[in-house]
Formats: sequence, C-alpha cells, structure tokens
Amino acid sequence: MNEIAAAILGFAGGMVGGLLGVGGGVLFVPALVIFMDETQVRAEATSLLAIVPVAIVAVWRQLGYGNVRVRDGLVIGALSPIGVLIGVVTSNEISQRALELIFAGLALVIATQLVIRALRPANEPR
Amino acid sequence: MPTPAVTSPTLKLAAIGTAGGIFSGLLGVGGGSVIVPLLIIWLGYGAREATGTSMMAIVVIAAVAVTLQAFYGNVDPPNAALVGIPAIAGAFAGTALQQRISERFISLLFAALLVAIAIELIVP
Repeated sequence: MNEIAAAILGFAGGMVGGLLGVGGGVLFVPALVIFMDETQVRAEATSLLAIVPVAIVAVWRQLGYGNVRVRDGLVIGALSPIGVLIGVVTSNEISQRALELIFAGLALVIATQLVIRALRPANEPR
Repeated sequence: MPTPAVTSPTLKLAAIGTAGGIFSGLLGVGGGSVIVPLLIIWLGYGAREATGTSMMAIVVIAAVAVTLQAFYGNVDPPNAALVGIPAIAGAFAGTALQQRISERFISLLFAALLVAIAIELIVP
C-alpha cells in the first residue's frame, strides 16, 4: 500500500518535473520519507538517483520540441558544484531555520516577479 | 528584482549555476526551482526554453550529486526505482502537456510551485 502511494507520488513528481523544468525532488523526497521510512538525508540522496532518468527523458523530449539551449544548460550544470560546495559550507555556519526563512522569502519575491511578468500585456518587451 | 551589474550572458549563466548550486547545498531544494525563474527574469528566456534548459543542467547536477552521495552509501536504488520508474512516465506526460499550454500559464504554475516550496520551508 505504501509502495503504491510512493509510486503515485513518483509519477506526480515526474509530471511536475517535466511540466516545470525541475527534477521532481519536491515530491520524491516526501514520498520516500513518509511512505518508505527513509531519513531526510537518504531520501534526498535517493531522490537524486530518481531525478537522473526524469531529467534525461525531459531533455530528450524538449530537444525534439526545440526548447533546450544545450550549451547554456551545460554551463549552468558545470558551475553548480562550486555553488553546492559554498552552500554546504555556509549551511554549517548559519542556523538552518534562518536559511529556510530567507529562501522562503526569496521564493515569494521571485513568484511575485513571475506573476507580474505573466500578467503583463504580450506586446510589451519581456 | 534588482539586476546585478553583470552583462555577459556567459557570466550570467555562471552566476545562475552557482546560485542554483548554493541553494541546493544550503537547503536540499532542487536547483531547478532557482534556475528556471532566473533564466526567465534575468536572461529573458521563454518559459518553455527555461524549463528545457534547466533540465539539461539538472542532468549534470543530479548525476554529479548522486555519484558523491553513493560514496557515502546514502543512495537506496530499489526505492529510487520505485519512485523513478513511474516518474519517467510522468516526465513524458508533463513535457507533452507543457507544449499544449501557454508560456504565461507555465510561469503562473511555476509561481504556485514557489509559493508551495515557501510554505513547506516556513511551516516547521
């Protein structure tokens, strides 16, 4: 029963991932923590393995639709590990709660920007 | 959002990659939730192009990260298959669905995703 629930969340995560260009970890991690009794750390690591095929399939499909700037994606991907290193080191220096609240605030600011852009009339420059 | 004084597109891509990585390292949130909106807001990408390009970056990021995690013995392949195999079907459906909705609606859905992530972070 728990396996079925985890698999359903997996499908939903892949769908959100393909639709919005994210890995799907936003649903994989809770699926693994809640239904498969993984610790947070193991769930995040395991989720990464599930993300790899999702991202490969999404890139393959999106290449067909002409929606991938391959070089740009590779530059972003190649530079990310440096950021991860900075992030991991920093996270051990600052309170986790402060970080959560800072990112939550940033996410809300970015969400507002996206909504403003989306509601702007189409003839204006984007 | 105040635009930092970086004009070269390659430097902007590098900054987006680093920013995505920092948030992944800090909070374990996926890089995509940072990469997609920055490509749209900062580099003027269309929503579809932003999501496709973000996925290209995620292939690299997730492959590197899962390799490192595997060395620590944190990866559980059977459970990864349990969520990952249905997720592959989901990814086909999601990318196909994306081609049928407007870029405006994709942006609004993404904004909703960010609000959901914010709530998840705020609620202890």
